[in-house]
Amino acid sequence: MSVILFLIFAVIAVVCAINVVVQTHPISSAISLVGVMVSLAVLYLLLGAEFIAAAQVIVYAGAIMVLFVFVIMLLNAGAEEKHGRSLVAQLLGAPLLVALLGLLAFFVERLYPRSVSVHFGGFMHGTPLDIGRALFTTYLLPFEVTSILILIAIVGAIVLARKEMD
Amino acid sequence: MQLWLIPVLPLAGFLINGLLGRRFSKGTVNAVAIGSVALSFAWVLKTIFALGALAGVYSEHYFTWIRSGVVNVGCDFGVDRLTIVMLLVVTGVGAVIHIYSIGYMAHEGGYYRFFAFLNLFMFFMLVLVLASNYLVMFVGWEGVGLCSYLLIGFYFDKKFATDAGNKAFIVNRIGDFGFSLAMFYMVKNFGSLDFATVFQQAPGAPEATLTIIGLLLMLGACGKSAQLPLYVWLPDAMAGPTPVSALIHAATMVTAGVYMTARSWAIYTHAPAAMNAIAIIGVATAFFAATIGLAQNDIKKVLAYSTVSQLGYMFLGVGCGAFSAGIYHLVTHAFFKALLFLGAGSVIHALSGEQDLRNMGGLRKKIPWTYLTMLCAAVAIAGVPPFSGFFSKDAILVAAHQHAPWMYWLGTVTAGMTAFYVFRAIFLAFFGEYRGDKHAHESPPVMLIPLAILALLSVAGGFLFKVPQFLAPLFPALEAPENPALVAISVAAGLMGIALAWLMYVARPGMADSFAASMNGLYTLVYNKYFVDEIYSAAVVNPVVDGSREVLWKDVDVKLIDGAANGTAARARNIGSVLRLMQSGNIRSYATWVLFGSVVLIVAMGIAGGLP
Amino acid sequence: MPAEVPISWFLTLSAVLFVLGVAGFVFRRSVITVFMSIELMLNAVNLSFVTFSYQLKEVNGHLFAFFVMVVAAAEAAVGLAIILTVFKNRATLNIDDVDSMKN
Repeated sequence: MSVILFLIFAVIAVVCAINVVVQTHPISSAISLVGVMVSLAVLYLLLGAEFIAAAQVIVYAGAIMVLFVFVIMLLNAGAEEKHGRSLVAQLLGAPLLVALLGLLAFFVERLYPRSVSVHFGGFMHGTPLDIGRALFTTYLLPFEVTSILILIAIVGAIVLARKEMD
Repeated sequence: MQLWLIPVLPLAGFLINGLLGRRFSKGTVNAVAIGSVALSFAWVLKTIFALGALAGVYSEHYFTWIRSGVVNVGCDFGVDRLTIVMLLVVTGVGAVIHIYSIGYMAHEGGYYRFFAFLNLFMFFMLVLVLASNYLVMFVGWEGVGLCSYLLIGFYFDKKFATDAGNKAFIVNRIGDFGFSLAMFYMVKNFGSLDFATVFQQAPGAPEATLTIIGLLLMLGACGKSAQLPLYVWLPDAMAGPTPVSALIHAATMVTAGVYMTARSWAIYTHAPAAMNAIAIIGVATAFFAATIGLAQNDIKKVLAYSTVSQLGYMFLGVGCGAFSAGIYHLVTHAFFKALLFLGAGSVIHALSGEQDLRNMGGLRKKIPWTYLTMLCAAVAIAGVPPFSGFFSKDAILVAAHQHAPWMYWLGTVTAGMTAFYVFRAIFLAFFGEYRGDKHAHESPPVMLIPLAILALLSVAGGFLFKVPQFLAPLFPALEAPENPALVAISVAAGLMGIALAWLMYVARPGMADSFAASMNGLYTLVYNKYFVDEIYSAAVVNPVVDGSREVLWKDVDVKLIDGAANGTAARARNIGSVLRLMQSGNIRSYATWVLFGSVVLIVAMGIAGGLP
Repeated sequence: MPAEVPISWFLTLSAVLFVLGVAGFVFRRSVITVFMSIELMLNAVNLSFVTFSYQLKEVNGHLFAFFVMVVAAAEAAVGLAIILTVFKNRATLNIDDVDSMKN
């Protein structure tokens, strides 16, 4: 059963990702990205990461993507124009991407024997209790630092956007 | 005993006057400058009384300056009888000249600067004298050279003064080079620069080593004490104020070479070839300089060449083994030469800057005190008994006869010439009719009292300070039988010189000029100091300057070094302009480059990790 | 068809999503689409982290993924603000036109 779940949602994720890249209108890309994130959340559940799955849906799909949609609406972004070119990107881009994918797949296959496998219940320590315990003991400093980071981001965003929007 | 106070007091005077003197009143500057030297002199006296009848050396060690594997050098001061003599001369005559300078420099600019430099000079000279190893002595040696440069070029807005300062310093450097080489050789052979260690090992060292060291030290002494061939800076040094000429270029700095040679007697007594060389150079310089002094018309130049000549006498003395006689002459020379210079300064001050003997005359009645004191000095230098100069010069000449009779005869002729040119100057300045157009006024008491003190010392110094007996336990004894005939001959030579001068300049005033006209070629040669400066200029100075300018500056510096530096910059710019093409401003191409780099990195890591 | 999912499949999926993100970054011209490709890359990496956490039976991977999410949120906020500013100044959403850093 894990296999079927995995396959379904992996296929959904890949199709949506291809859609993100291929669609011309940004709104279509944004909706596809939401689809990617939701299917990833299911995959996280498969991996026993309950908290992360919830956070993925709430924060990523629920907040960040909504922000993206807001901005697309605000800027009235239309379908993409076709002018402008970069020679380097066109010539080198495709071969390099293929090379990158090939390399990564190759390394993964070589390094990871088929012994370890994923099933529901294989990892029980992804609960909020465990996350909280680790977050406030081992990772206390990064936690505090990220809170300041968010503050800075808020201030930066306000300063940047304020002058143009009044 | 706190020996360090002796040099440090003038140093404090230098620092106070140098840093704050601009805002002080003249009285404060005077108090600081003269107070520091006077206190130093008082401390010297206290030290002497505390040490009593010193037979050996009393030394104080302050801190270790250099500690390396081969040589350890400490900051050590030492006092023995020779040091006592030098300390008294330096601080005593120095204090007197400081007092004189109050009057002489009263109307000059840079008043505080003058006294600051003078105090600095006292510091370095006292370090030189008190040192008990060659390196600390060298510190003082170099320091007095620096102060000499600063003070010769005191009137820095006059080019001939600054040129003279440069000349003094550069020629001294040649001598310092010899001194440095001697020190290196000493370290190599004796492993130490301390007087005690070196002099203890000297008797056992091979004679060739000692001769080389002795000759190199002599090169240093030739530079500092203005002997052949490095004397050329001293006549030009007369561009400085007259108290400077008196203190530095008559009484103290130039005698440093003699002091150093006498101090190194342990080396020289075992290197007879070097000692002989010193004696030869000494007597040759004495004769040579005296001939030039015969024809000079600037009163200070006459005295400058006289100093060179008298220094030659001192070297003759130490070169013949009569170390205490040489030091004795150093002491008496300090008295009468300083007095001659200060008196000349008084004359120049009276005539508001006139220095040419041809524009003087008849000043005997106008500035009587100056005349009387200068007369005392002149008879002293002429070697007339019982003045101080007679005793010291006589001791040297007797020793010279013992060493090599021809040196005695040359020295005696020079004594005659000495008496002649000094009294020529006296007669031209003070006798006859006044040939100038200035109003002569006597100097103030602050200048006359030092003259009087020095006159007293010149007259009675021979009786008051029995220097040879005082120094006898220090140096090896010299068997020089008393020979009254020799003494009588040298005194007679002096008296003949005086008489000849009287004849040519007072009794028959036109005789000198007709004499000079009849021997025109010889006169021109002597008057132009044998063109030595011109020869040096053509042979040494100009090739070096031209070589520096043409080859080293234009070729090496501009083309090679600047070319390399500019070329590197140009190369960097070229490479940069090539790399700049990558900066297209296009974000997508940047991303592609990042991707490219990451693929390369992954491949590299894979290969490093051992995968095919 | 194995009974359970081998772990290498998760990593391969992560690699595929990542490469798709890079492709979007390199080949698309609209600024907002480029941004979304960046978010896609970050998600792919999050999947990797959680997978490793499963393999090593530790919770640290989850923590890393959490922090990546936080930073991505902050970055999205600031980045979108910048996009707004650029749009106000240049009136274009084409990144090929924003090349004043040329040379």
